[in-house]
Amino acid sequence: MPGTLPLADRTIAEVGELLRRREVSSRDLTEACLGRIARDGERLNTFLAVGEERALAAADAADAALKDGGGADKPLLGIPYALKDIFVTRALDDDGQPNGGLPTTAGSRILEGYRCAYASSAEERLSNARAVLLGKTNLDEFAMGSSNENSAYGPVHNPWDDRLVPGGSSGGSAAAVASGQAFFATGTDTGGSIRQPASLSGIVGFKPTYGRVSRYGMVAFASSLDQCGPLVRSVGDAATVLQALAGHDPRDSTSVDTPVPDYGAALTGDVRGLKLGVPREYFVAGMEPGVEAAVRSAIGVLEGLGAEIVEVSLPSTDHGLATYYIITPAEASANLARYDGVRYGLSAGDDDLIENYVRTRGSGFGPEVKRRIILGTYALSAGYYDAYYVKAQQVRTLIKAEFDSVLSGVDALLAPTSPSVAFKIGAKADDPLLMYLNDACTLPVNIAGLPGISVPCGLSDGLPVGFQVIGRAFDESTVLRVADAYQRAAGFIDLRPPTAYG
Amino acid sequence: MAVSTRYETIIGIEVHAQLRTESKMFCSCATAPPPGEKDEPNTRTCPVCMALPGTLPVINRKAVELVMLTGLALDCEIQTAAVRFERKNYFYPDLPKGYQISQYALPLCANGRLEVPVPAEETSVSIGITRAHLEEDTARLQHGGRGYSLLDFNRAGVPLMEIVTEPDVRSPAQARAYGETLRDILRYIGASDGDMETGSMRIEGNVSLRPIGTDAFGTKVEVKNLNSFRSLERAMEFEVARQADALERGERLVQETRGWHETEGRTMTQRAKEEANDYRYFPEPDLPPLRPSEEWVARLRASLPELPAARRARYVDGLSLSAYDAEVLTADLALADYFDAVVAAGIAPKSAANWVTGEFSRLLNQHAAEGLRSSAVGLRPAGLAELISGVEGGKVSAANAKTVLAEVFATGESPKAVVDRLGLQQVGDAESIGAEIEAVMAEFPSQVAEYRSGKPQLFGFLVGQVMKRTAGRADARLVNDELRRRLEE
Repeated sequence: MPGTLPLADRTIAEVGELLRRREVSSRDLTEACLGRIARDGERLNTFLAVGEERALAAADAADAALKDGGGADKPLLGIPYALKDIFVTRALDDDGQPNGGLPTTAGSRILEGYRCAYASSAEERLSNARAVLLGKTNLDEFAMGSSNENSAYGPVHNPWDDRLVPGGSSGGSAAAVASGQAFFATGTDTGGSIRQPASLSGIVGFKPTYGRVSRYGMVAFASSLDQCGPLVRSVGDAATVLQALAGHDPRDSTSVDTPVPDYGAALTGDVRGLKLGVPREYFVAGMEPGVEAAVRSAIGVLEGLGAEIVEVSLPSTDHGLATYYIITPAEASANLARYDGVRYGLSAGDDDLIENYVRTRGSGFGPEVKRRIILGTYALSAGYYDAYYVKAQQVRTLIKAEFDSVLSGVDALLAPTSPSVAFKIGAKADDPLLMYLNDACTLPVNIAGLPGISVPCGLSDGLPVGFQVIGRAFDESTVLRVADAYQRAAGFIDLRPPTAYG
Repeated sequence: MAVSTRYETIIGIEVHAQLRTESKMFCSCATAPPPGEKDEPNTRTCPVCMALPGTLPVINRKAVELVMLTGLALDCEIQTAAVRFERKNYFYPDLPKGYQISQYALPLCANGRLEVPVPAEETSVSIGITRAHLEEDTARLQHGGRGYSLLDFNRAGVPLMEIVTEPDVRSPAQARAYGETLRDILRYIGASDGDMETGSMRIEGNVSLRPIGTDAFGTKVEVKNLNSFRSLERAMEFEVARQADALERGERLVQETRGWHETEGRTMTQRAKEEANDYRYFPEPDLPPLRPSEEWVARLRASLPELPAARRARYVDGLSLSAYDAEVLTADLALADYFDAVVAAGIAPKSAANWVTGEFSRLLNQHAAEGLRSSAVGLRPAGLAELISGVEGGKVSAANAKTVLAEVFATGESPKAVVDRLGLQQVGDAESIGAEIEAVMAEFPSQVAEYRSGKPQLFGFLVGQVMKRTAGRADARLVNDELRRRLEE
């Protein structure tokens, strides 16, 4: 029932249409979002920085462009959005003076108040698309977490229920989009950090193929898995935002120089003739029955639409978690070495070099970040390297080969996103292993570098459930086609937390 | 020293050379200030080489080429399968990322060999090259007893090549010869300035001794802080003596890094190996594996210039130059090319070598302060050839040719134009010279008489008078012949 929702809760497609018809202005949309941020932002702890004046100025500029007939080729023109606070935003001018841009913290104390001298590729591309940047969203520190409880700036609350986590690490982005504080937000996904919070917050989250979107300006967690993608309210919006983000960037050598197709064209609503695989290993013991039921019913919907459903097997799935927790901490241990208190960020100011390192990093990093640095340092150490890092890379190759083999026989895979719905804040905080299991269904997709989307497929105990569509490398189009067909048929596009109507 | 005959010296050498690229290894910052500008600290930096959060490296293709070119010049195998950059992890303020992007398990070049002439030992030795790989330089730290240190990131990320030898070097003189030979090659192929004083080339020597006739290596000492090839040789000599002395006294040597102190002429302990870091190398995930195509390697191989050793051999064996001339000419690629061009213009090699290594080089050195190099002088090889032909054909006197050369050196004016302008054509016909001689004999009748009465030393005076009248343009040989003929008439 489009149109019955408040302005702030509608999709980009809907409000974009209203903008181009000049029934609403970008200022209206921006004020609607800023209103929600004012109302719910603090309670949900979604934003770490909001640039109200700049946003309104950008909105007015967008309105001027719309008035001149612009926007036909710019579907994001005038659309307010948020960046996960792991994308650097330019906050210094050429002389090193603050330019009014937003700080970047990566959710860490070690970058508190940090003003960056350059813009991320995401900021640049979305700025070129003339979208309106509202602010930077809360996240697990350096994107390490599945609940957003690891932020140095406090946990994010789930808009469906304040007492619950929104998922992580892109929890602020998920909660902001779910609660009408932004029409879309960027996220990063290293092991599920876009898809899992999207699932727990009842929205759509899309992790593109590794290499599809530039990582330039994305504060690195695990370089060989990190990927940028959108958190949105519909699959159609995911296609729109991805279109703006995707493409080769000469500044990121791992971004791939292949043509970016027209993702909108993939949204045919038709899945007849597609063969979709359901990997049996993804319906794990310990999965909540309500989640399994919702996912199974989504699979049924796609079957009803004419897709052929086949059961497939990815036997190495079990090893995904161990592989992931060797490779990602190893890379992180090096990636986070630059936070040494010498050039920028927190510095303890000790006269002794070693003492300065120890105190800066000791007080600047939170416990989960420290845990992973230690894990990674250990895995790379002389005498352990072959047993851990090299072995994990071998398993990674195996997992990737299994996906490739299975995906040569089917067009895409269907799987749960998370084994559970949103859980209580604090429920898993003391048990890292239990927390890590949240990503068991998402992280193999990162290990293989494939595209995966999470789409809402109903509620369990009144809380949203998502399922994943996983595709072949660089075949985002099929993933979007399947997810969109499902969403149109199932009608969960208007799934919103109760707050949306308050 | 008696002990030195009981031990065999084993030396391996590591060279770090800054590559001659316009931009840094992983970003587009310049490697040097614009010509004529001062090198102000921290002016050639960017988010990438300052390691700001979220930045990523991009490989400098030229740097890869220069290392491959070096590998080819050193007879290495070029690794075309998959070369990986790796992260070398350690904390230090001069290392912005907290890791250095380097190569470890899979270097770009491996298993090479270099023939090194060792003049001091009147022999030449073959030194195995273990590997040549690509990495990035660190920032420059300035300690100054201020209670704090300063950092200059201009050097951070400058492309650096590391070349490691097998432990094949058997004496300090060989170590020095290896360094100099390698430097000449790096300059020849344009890979590096090879300048020890400015630090664009840095050398470390690993020295150990073992009793002659044994196979096992002794305890190795790494010597750093060597600012010249002479320092390298002296430091190696000092270490050989120190280690031999210690071994003679039954002391146990420790594996360590020692620094050379130039003024004191000795090495001192810097760091014991027990404190060695675990660098936790792992493949750099921000960079895909490098797979140089066979075609790329072939193209580079074809572009490789004739190397100093081959050129020296060609000059000595093919052109019959002296070893000294060949050495002087090949020390500078541009000079050797110049010489070849003069020869190609029809000048006999020996004559061309005399001019190029003599007057031409002298002028080159004179103008070196103005930044003039043989590749950039106004006088092109064809012009020098013309001048030499003129001298050999009796058109210009040798003395005047030097004047002409100095004149045309920087201007690029043709020697003929200068000769004409200054009226320096040699007066070479017997008739006009005869007239001048007659005039002189008329002017100095008493000297003529004295000569004829048995004072041959007056011959020089009379020649001088003829030359004076002709302003030096007269062909000296002709003057001699004609004057003698007339005096003895």
